[in-house]
Amino acid sequence: MRSVGQPVRKKDAEALLTGQPVYMDDLASRDCLIVKLLRSPYANASVAEIDTKAAQMVDGIEAVYTWKDVPEQRFTLAGQTYPEPSPYDRLILDRHVRYVGDPVAIVAGEDEACVDRALKKIRVEYEVLPSILDFHDAKDSPVLVHPEKSWRALCPVGADNRRNLCASGESHEGDVEAVLSDCDVTVEETYHVKAVQQTMMETFRTVCYKDVYGRLNVMSSTQIVYHVRRILSNALGIPKSQIRVFKPRIGGGFGAKQTAVCEVYPAFVTWKTGKPSKIIFTREETQTASSPRHEMEVSVKIGADHDGRIRAMDVYTLSNTGAYGEHGPTTVGLSGHKSIPLYGSLEAHRFSYDVVYTNRMSAGAYRGYGATQGIFAVETAVNELAGKLKMDPVELRLKNMVREGQKMPAYFGETATSCALDQCLARTARMIGWKEKYPYRDLGNGKIRSVGIAMGMQGSCISGVDVGSATIKLNEDGTYLLSIAASDMGTGCDTILAQMGAECLECPVDNIAVSGADTDTSPYDSGSYASSTTYVTGTAVQHACEKLRERILELAAKMLECRAGDLDFDGRRAKNLQNGREASLAEIGVRSMCNNANALQVTESYSSPVSPPPFMAGAAEIELDTETGHVEILDYAAVVDCGTVVNPNLARVQTEGGIVQGIGMALHENIQYNQSGKLLNNSLMQYKIPTRLDMGKVRVEFAGSYEPTGPFGAKSIGEIVINTPAPAIVHAIANATGLWFRTLPVTSEEIAMGMLEK
Amino acid sequence: MQINVVLNGKTITEEIAPDLLLIDFVRNHKCYSVKRGCETSNCGLCTVFLDQKPVLSCGILAARADGHAVDTLEGLLEEAKEFAMFIADQGAEQCGFCNPGMIMNAIALFRENKEPSDEEIREYLAGNLCRCSGYEGQLRGIRAFLEYKKQGGALCVQ
Repeated sequence: MRSVGQPVRKKDAEALLTGQPVYMDDLASRDCLIVKLLRSPYANASVAEIDTKAAQMVDGIEAVYTWKDVPEQRFTLAGQTYPEPSPYDRLILDRHVRYVGDPVAIVAGEDEACVDRALKKIRVEYEVLPSILDFHDAKDSPVLVHPEKSWRALCPVGADNRRNLCASGESHEGDVEAVLSDCDVTVEETYHVKAVQQTMMETFRTVCYKDVYGRLNVMSSTQIVYHVRRILSNALGIPKSQIRVFKPRIGGGFGAKQTAVCEVYPAFVTWKTGKPSKIIFTREETQTASSPRHEMEVSVKIGADHDGRIRAMDVYTLSNTGAYGEHGPTTVGLSGHKSIPLYGSLEAHRFSYDVVYTNRMSAGAYRGYGATQGIFAVETAVNELAGKLKMDPVELRLKNMVREGQKMPAYFGETATSCALDQCLARTARMIGWKEKYPYRDLGNGKIRSVGIAMGMQGSCISGVDVGSATIKLNEDGTYLLSIAASDMGTGCDTILAQMGAECLECPVDNIAVSGADTDTSPYDSGSYASSTTYVTGTAVQHACEKLRERILELAAKMLECRAGDLDFDGRRAKNLQNGREASLAEIGVRSMCNNANALQVTESYSSPVSPPPFMAGAAEIELDTETGHVEILDYAAVVDCGTVVNPNLARVQTEGGIVQGIGMALHENIQYNQSGKLLNNSLMQYKIPTRLDMGKVRVEFAGSYEPTGPFGAKSIGEIVINTPAPAIVHAIANATGLWFRTLPVTSEEIAMGMLEK
Repeated sequence: MQINVVLNGKTITEEIAPDLLLIDFVRNHKCYSVKRGCETSNCGLCTVFLDQKPVLSCGILAARADGHAVDTLEGLLEEAKEFAMFIADQGAEQCGFCNPGMIMNAIALFRENKEPSDEEIREYLAGNLCRCSGYEGQLRGIRAFLEYKKQGGALCVQ
């Protein structure tokens, strides 16, 4: 292949690296109204009285809105395909505020200073209500987060607002209890992952204006232009024809921007006032009032025989969706469906869950989307099992892991059509020096070096749901334009989709310009999430380009007076093999624009009935200071099976980035609330994401597999890469200390205290 | 209050509010490469040069730049671009939002230390956060660039 598999530079690299004005706030007009929100200081309260008169008198203030001013129909901010599994439980502003940070009023004014002054002049009298801060207390609590009659779930996800349930469910195969009771050895533990933040460098932001037709134009830093259009239509109660949503370059997303966290506020302001307006969340708002990972407590019971055959797994997940249900019913599913299937040896499994409402900020989508929490639990339980069995954890896994061709009962019965997990694990073990280094080495100076290992998987789309589309057209000079509504958020999808197009059309990648994402001009795409862009939109690109190629040949045949089957096309010219006459691509392009009714433009959509999992293994080598509990990552080795690697540079950097994010989650990134429900880790000073001094050396390789249903054999890479660090590092810490830390992050203090108590 | 600042080589005399931050001053002058990532001087995205020394413009009042020279990436484009393409060759720019700050600080490093070790690079750039790349690609790009400079710029730039 000439384009697929090449380390092509990202199409936007030069603009990004030289600081060109390509992000929302660089492009927004300078005379926008500034929009800010007054937020609740209480975790659960009702707005008894709100007086905005003094605020409205402040010089420069255009509008102040409260719950009295907004439409009454509920909606969800979750960027999901309709009907969304996430309940309709939001209003733009609600009289009932449900977490510290829930918006109480919207203020719009000509500059920041006047808006800040006005915010201080709003007088609110709250009726403070009892709150649910601990998610263990939520189910069937007398305190209801959503007592309102207008709450509704569109899908049968086991939701019940009278029980604080956002979702609940169970699935199983075989009699898990019978098999577990028959096992020689069992491990039963509970693992806790907190609501960690995506912490993309660009905070949430949106600018809105009305166009010449009076339509609402929304330029937002979002992964989901089409879903945002529907969400705004729901929230404002206006037709979709009146809304255009498009994205500029995005300063990172990681799933955070798969929720319309900030869009409704400026959209409401511009719709009401007719004036352009913008909102830019502060870092504090992005930390405290956004869409982080779902806090989950995953209980795993796993059973094996003495010979190391893992026979049964029982997983129960309690998930905390916070005050609103965005992505609540769906993230939880991955905690079981993308952890249990790692083991192909199971005779029985069960997966059950409850997703509860609490008075904390709503959770959302974060890279890994529940799989990360489930894999931390299951992989740690398997490592604990290896300890109990006195077996090498690599051997234990090789004995039990899912293999190519195997059916995965816990993964909707799909077959692992491509799976090089065995290669991934064996190579990872070699890279880290497992045989020599496992389990630990005491350096004799208060430092212990140890290793830990884990496997991971993800999906390549939401099967039977996600839609990807591509429009490709030939320009009259023989170049192409590819339109997509997948959102390149830095991941490089504009580039890799062009690589796939170039492969089909046998042209240089530079000859394909990419445009999107824009609901006015791009073909429908669910958006960039669920690891779907390479696999689903990529296939749409492939299909569109193959079809365009046929159309080009049809027109060329007409020009060269032969049948299309008599033509040879090499990407630059079509040649009549019978008489040697040629038409260049540019000539065909020109001809298509004169006396021609056969458009050289093709739109293709694709949706997949399956979601083939990428697989990987990761291993950490750490040095642990027994006195202070400090853990230094020395080396992290990982091997990924993402099918065909479309762009080795971008796949590698995705992997390195995901691993470092995972290291942060394992060791540094903490979420702590005070007693009244205020989040304390509300800045990058308190919320420590890894710097380049905190990550040691990260080494990444790829294992070869070919996914027969994927474009050019590709699966996905974006999410899986965050899943192995937490269980691998916790394993290494256990190997160094003999202590299992089952709550993330594992801080130095906890390790030091644990060693003292041992 | 009135300030005189030499911004990217051009003298600007302007009435400003005393509480105007340097980041907002330079962005008001269309230096959009300067980004705000955190407001607490933790992320490095807003790095500019004040009299040739890298500073965080979100933590400095514009008034403090009175009588001084301020440079942003817009004023260093040629030098920046030569280096930046080595980051591009790794695909390590990713979302790009943190890159201008990192490149400013990297240029400061290269000016101070022509042959930094990996450890010196990591330490100098520790205050430049990046959430996408995991830093390894940036390090590879920096190493490749330094090698290229060491060879007198003789390597073929792709």
